[in-house]
Amino acid sequence: MKLTCLSSGSGYQFPPCHILEDVCGFRILLDCPLDLSALSVFSPVPPDNDFVSDGKASYNSARDCFAKEQEIQKRQKIETPLHAKDLIHDELWYKTVKNLHLWDPSSIDVVLISSVMGMLGLPFLTRAEGFSAKIYVTDAAARLARLMMEDLIAMNMEYQYFYGPRESGGPHWMRWEELELLRPELKKVVVGKDGTELGGWLPLYSSADVMDCMRKVQTLKYAETACYNGTLVLQPFSSGSEIGSCNWTIDGPKRNITWLSCSIFASAHAMNFDYGALRGRDLVLYSDKQFLPLMDEVQSNDASSTIPSNDLSSLSRCCSADKDDWKKLTESLLSTDEILEKEKMDFICSCILQSVQAGGSVVIPYNRLGILLQLLEMIPVLLESLAADVPIYVISSMAAELLAFTNVIPEWASKPRQEKAYLFGLSIPSSKFELHFEVSKVSSSFWMFLQMFSGEPMFSHVDFVNKRKLHVFSAIHSPELLTTWQEPCIIFAPHWSLRLGPVVHLLRRWSGDENSLLILEDGVDPDIALLPFKPLEMKVLQCSFLPERRLPKVDCMLKLLQPKILVLPDDLKEKLDFSNPSLDSFSVLYYTEGETLSLPSSPEGTLDLEIASVLAERFAWQNLGRQDVMYTRLEGELVMEQGKFRLLPGITSADSHPSKNKEMKSDAG
Amino acid sequence: FLGINDPGFLLSRHRPLAISNCPTTSSDDLPLQPLAAGRWLRFLGKLLPVLRWPPQACPFLLLVEIRQSAPAMGIECLVLGAGQEIGKSCVIVTINGMRIMFDCGMHLGHSDEERYPDFSLIDGSLDCVVITHFHLDHIGALPYFTEVVGYNGPIYMTYPTKALAPLMLEDFLRISVGRGVEEKFTAEDISACMKKVTPIDLKQNIQVGKDLQIRAYYAGHVLGAAMVYAKVGDASMVYTGDYNMTPDRHLGAAQIDPLELDLVITESTYATTVRDSKYASERKFLKAVHDCVVAGGKVLIPTFALGRAQELFILLEDYWERMNLKVPIYFSSGLTKQANIYYKTLMSWTNKKIKDTIALQNAFNLKHVVSFDRSQINAPGPCVLFASPGMLSGGLSLEVFKQWAPSEVNLVMLPGHCVAGTIGHKLASGKLTKLYADNNSQIEIRCKNVNLSFSAHTDSKGIMDLLKFLSPKHAMLVHGEKPRMSILKKKIESEMGIKCYDPPNGGLVKIPSATVHVKAQTSDSFAKSCQSPNFSLSRCSTSGAVLSTDLASPLTVTDDRVGEAILFVDGGKARGVHKDELELELIVSGEGKPQVVLFGHCFPIRSKNLTNATGRLGLSGSRSLLKVLALELSHLFPQVDVQNMGDFLQVGSFILSVCTNASCTRRSSEVPGDPSTTCTYFCCSWCMEDEKLALAIISSVRNSL
Repeated sequence: MKLTCLSSGSGYQFPPCHILEDVCGFRILLDCPLDLSALSVFSPVPPDNDFVSDGKASYNSARDCFAKEQEIQKRQKIETPLHAKDLIHDELWYKTVKNLHLWDPSSIDVVLISSVMGMLGLPFLTRAEGFSAKIYVTDAAARLARLMMEDLIAMNMEYQYFYGPRESGGPHWMRWEELELLRPELKKVVVGKDGTELGGWLPLYSSADVMDCMRKVQTLKYAETACYNGTLVLQPFSSGSEIGSCNWTIDGPKRNITWLSCSIFASAHAMNFDYGALRGRDLVLYSDKQFLPLMDEVQSNDASSTIPSNDLSSLSRCCSADKDDWKKLTESLLSTDEILEKEKMDFICSCILQSVQAGGSVVIPYNRLGILLQLLEMIPVLLESLAADVPIYVISSMAAELLAFTNVIPEWASKPRQEKAYLFGLSIPSSKFELHFEVSKVSSSFWMFLQMFSGEPMFSHVDFVNKRKLHVFSAIHSPELLTTWQEPCIIFAPHWSLRLGPVVHLLRRWSGDENSLLILEDGVDPDIALLPFKPLEMKVLQCSFLPERRLPKVDCMLKLLQPKILVLPDDLKEKLDFSNPSLDSFSVLYYTEGETLSLPSSPEGTLDLEIASVLAERFAWQNLGRQDVMYTRLEGELVMEQGKFRLLPGITSADSHPSKNKEMKSDAG
Repeated sequence: FLGINDPGFLLSRHRPLAISNCPTTSSDDLPLQPLAAGRWLRFLGKLLPVLRWPPQACPFLLLVEIRQSAPAMGIECLVLGAGQEIGKSCVIVTINGMRIMFDCGMHLGHSDEERYPDFSLIDGSLDCVVITHFHLDHIGALPYFTEVVGYNGPIYMTYPTKALAPLMLEDFLRISVGRGVEEKFTAEDISACMKKVTPIDLKQNIQVGKDLQIRAYYAGHVLGAAMVYAKVGDASMVYTGDYNMTPDRHLGAAQIDPLELDLVITESTYATTVRDSKYASERKFLKAVHDCVVAGGKVLIPTFALGRAQELFILLEDYWERMNLKVPIYFSSGLTKQANIYYKTLMSWTNKKIKDTIALQNAFNLKHVVSFDRSQINAPGPCVLFASPGMLSGGLSLEVFKQWAPSEVNLVMLPGHCVAGTIGHKLASGKLTKLYADNNSQIEIRCKNVNLSFSAHTDSKGIMDLLKFLSPKHAMLVHGEKPRMSILKKKIESEMGIKCYDPPNGGLVKIPSATVHVKAQTSDSFAKSCQSPNFSLSRCSTSGAVLSTDLASPLTVTDDRVGEAILFVDGGKARGVHKDELELELIVSGEGKPQVVLFGHCFPIRSKNLTNATGRLGLSGSRSLLKVLALELSHLFPQVDVQNMGDFLQVGSFILSVCTNASCTRRSSEVPGDPSTTCTYFCCSWCMEDEKLALAIISSVRNSL
């Protein structure tokens, strides 16, 4: 078995991508993301403030003269700070995983998707000729991914309208001479560190491609098993990081693998990380690297960066303590995350409030669905408490569907949310009921009471929409938005790359307002991302919404999973210490991006064969002469089911006579 | 034969196949393995099921430890409720020692001890309780069982059931209290009980303890209804709960995977009924309602608040919209309103059509359906009223019925089955003409009534369809009426040839588990060779000459992937080997001495052919038979020396003789073609190096005689 890390990814938006080869003879692709942060090399539409005032007619001519000017500047190679004009002015292209296109799509047997973001590049693959792999993804992730992809296409249309029909041949910026002229910062993004990533750029897929892709995926629920080819038993388990995101287990006849993607111990909205189910596998592939930058740099504006030290010590104590103490450990693993995330959200909310109170507007280019949902819940409550009349807008082509969808999926939501939707409020006051009322009276008051305590939507944004505190619009130019428009306001809109969607227009409007606030998630390089909007007066808050997974926790968790082999990204080499002799019952391997790691093959051993008892009864045993050695002839049909060999009563020897076989004409001769 | 495959492995299967359609395993969803032409050629050949070792010569080929994977305890079902009746569904199933309770319902037709299942019959502790859906006859006794009887183990039900069950239970409690009936549990018990419930999703694998695995499948019937699959070791079964095999307005049809099952316990509400199409009954319903309201009448639809009501709402809402009707549709119960909220949330459990439109319009946002106030009972003008409870068993629906029944223009619509003993049942069977009102005055029943089979239960065809699809080894009927069940039972036994049970309450059914697998072990190379296809192509011309060059003869393709092997028991030690490893294994096991492996085969030839063949030469007897064969073989195989030794023929190490030993160990279980004609067996043996030749000879003997 071999593992190739195609990309080690960067953060939530761009999860890592791997290929596992020869898993019982099959080739498995793990995730197929898009590097959307690379969009920052493009200039948003419209390209520059100056041209906006000129009106639409001058766009095309403007583009020509703009290009010339740009070229002159580049030729001169003046060492000036990066300017908006240095960005590529062309239709957006999208950067897929590097080197994935070098793999023959027809050679991939299985594609496993761990999250919504891990699916955004999939239409590129599914439309490739010869692609016939089975794609497995959780039900909720597939539905969310479809929304995301369609939204991406809708936003990309703006570019298409602006630049007109696509030219034949590659875009001008892909020519080598043009690439040479790119500023080094941008060039690095375009061609990669070693200059090999240019082949990964593609124009966006069409909605037909997305439809086609969605038809090809097979959706699963958490803990549902899928059996590929009778050999591999695949199962997704909740990873806690987002609605529908999962860790996969791959069970073959000889080896069990756990693929551990980005996982969060306790999530505020999605179902908790189900790591109990991942235990006892032979091999654990840990592909999550997100906690690394968080450890290295402590962000000054992040309120939650102080780590309660007693927490850590208690954790590590747990680790070394009795392994049976699973429950206690689980609790300690879950508790810390929750607190931190809550604190962080509170901090963001307070920043938003400050800015709104000062008369500025707030733009939140959301990325993670969970954050959007949480902020949508917290902000209206805060505003209400301050009696501030500030409208909240959500502007996206898919916002309405997205928000409707989030309230009909209790199976994917976290426990507290599920219970919110269920009828548990009853237990408290029902004892106070005077049960000897007349039926009709009891019933009316009883039902009024029921409605107060139950059937709440899981996410309260529905209420806010009903109370006209939250407004959902499909586009920034929709007439309804224009009529209700009111400033200051709080706007949630895509896209976090700041190159696509309503965000671009909103930033242009408020970039000069020092009271306004932009909340960026990390994952984008703020220097390049904000370039087109300079000079920038508005405040920018960049923060990570992900709770930190601190090393002791990861360390602890990995040890608890008790794999025989642990495969980690090489960055973790120094950071995790597996030298403790009491715990290192497993071997640790490290993989590097772009390199193929051979995983030790499972020991040559025996395989279990299950013989149906119906067959076993038929065996005519014979003695070998020696005592207690018996033999018989095996017959039947050997099949591979659920990763197990089974000998079933199939076609028996009556069929073995060649002349009795049904003859089939064949042209193969 | 064109050639012998690299001797591969030892389990053989002969299956005619077209080359273009040859999966590598039995799975149905696999892509074709790309096979190079060269590989195809390598797999030409055929290994006959002829591996025989004379006891003295062969140590072992495949050593296998035979052990039962679990004590063969099988499945034991104790029916606590819904045995030969409808109501208080409760079955305790013990699968290989693990004990599960399926459903825990109450009987609405009784108010005495009979109301609850007799939990005292449970012997020992339960491992888990699984509830299929939220109807009272499936969940009604659960709070009593957990809070009063004191069951404290895990309880599983689907998400919607968990959400809706407390509503149902509270509603029941409210009506009971109104009637002045003392129930065995309280509202606190309900909420305490529901807190212990673990919600599960469809198809999610739930591991209970170490051995028990359960999984829920979509059952239609009502929102969140599930069929439950349970497996312990090799024994597995499905408890269907109530299910519906046809989709309706708001729910889909039951869906289940093909499973290998020992037992299916199915409901049999409509054991003998075959229902009209859904479309026809919907039309009938709408027509009756329409006719009544157009004539100015009032329509009373007594229904339980959850399930049927939602379906009829959607149906009427749709119809009202299309026909532009303005007549108000009322629903009486707060429960229904509440339930609609849940239906909105639990959208993913409804049918596909509703699910797909969530973003545009939530199908449970009903425009025409408004809530009902008691004062409107005698308001003039037509209306449609949904009132709970169903079956006119009391509460508002009975109250309204008493008010509306005397008028001929009014209509009572009973959408579904009414339990015996209820007013609904009497009305439906046409026996009800008079009714005593509260103040002892009589009410004449003059209104029309229509009973429509709008049931969310499957009909007898659906039950048969499901059973045939699952094809279990045993079936058991519950949740039905005794006479009908026995008819269905006979039908199942005759049509499917399996044993079917319909135990009464308290009955115990023991089923031996038949799918026990015997565990054996094999080596890597064994498995490897089993995974690659092993085809042989042979041209069998009608003349019988095997090595015919006649290209016009049909090409037969057989897949010999699984050869035949020897299963060995050696003091409990297990070891499996691939044929390539055979020689090594022999040396090891024979303590270094080289061993000789002889292959053997004993096959029958019908005597009719023989007499023809020998008759041609005017000979008889086994010696003469061999003589004929020797002649024939020397023609067919001019390159080898066929020696006739009188009692046997010898070609190299290949020896062929006429076999008279009826219990010849080399004999395969092959059945001679025509039992009326006697047949002669030929017994042969050969060494490995002559295998190719031996197989060719055997084949030609078979074909030429």
